Amino acid sequence: MAEGVKPRVKVPKSAAAGEAIVIKTLISHKMESGQRKDDEGNVIPRSIINRFTCDFNGENIIDITLEPAISTNPYLEFEATVPEEGEFKFTWYDDDGSVYEDSKKISIE
Amino acid sequence: VVGLPLRAFAVTGDEAIAAFTGGAEVSEGDIKLTAPEIAENGNTVPIEVSSDSAAEIMVLAMGNPEPAVATFKFGPLAASRSASTRIRLAGTQDVVAIAKLEDGSFVKASSTVKVTIGGCGG
Repeated sequence: MAEGVKPRVKVPKSAAAGEAIVIKTLISHKMESGQRKDDEGNVIPRSIINRFTCDFNGENIIDITLEPAISTNPYLEFEATVPEEGEFKFTWYDDDGSVYEDSKKISIE
Repeated sequence: VVGLPLRAFAVTGDEAIAAFTGGAEVSEGDIKLTAPEIAENGNTVPIEVSSDSAAEIMVLAMGNPEPAVATFKFGPLAASRSASTRIRLAGTQDVVAIAKLEDGSFVKASSTVKVTIGGCGG
């Protein structure tokens, strides 16, 4: 597992049934592009988060493929429909096989 | 041993677009790409894509060593076909967004971003 990887997500605590909400996510990750060279001129191997998914109660909201052109500490913002009370599940997939997860509950007003 | 040409490994922006569209025609239409005109720091350039009827949106930085940036696939609970992120740009170049719409057609938007300090340096 890459060091110092910490996912953060921002989701409202409650919403009206059927409301569209904004979700913001950030994960601390160096996103080494595979384009940079070290002091000896050797290419530093690529090491990035290559995929992110967000689901709500098992249904998909968004599935994103990330490439090395995504900045350090990948930030992703999108909108979700909240049909009922439940839980958002966030998953980040690292090049090294690690999987990072977070989840957030939301209630209906 | 004969070295393979570097070209064999690098996928150009046009090749990435062809792989995404399967060679289908790409027109102007229901897609919006928001990017700054000038980015002082190419390491983190905010962009937003949106479309009312996209199933997927691919973003490319045509002047980067690897043009692919990200592909957004929208699921049944996506409230809008839009997303924002921050990207790296190696220098001044065109950023392109191509959407595959629900009817299977493709539309494109592009925006030139002037970069003061490149974001792929080594």
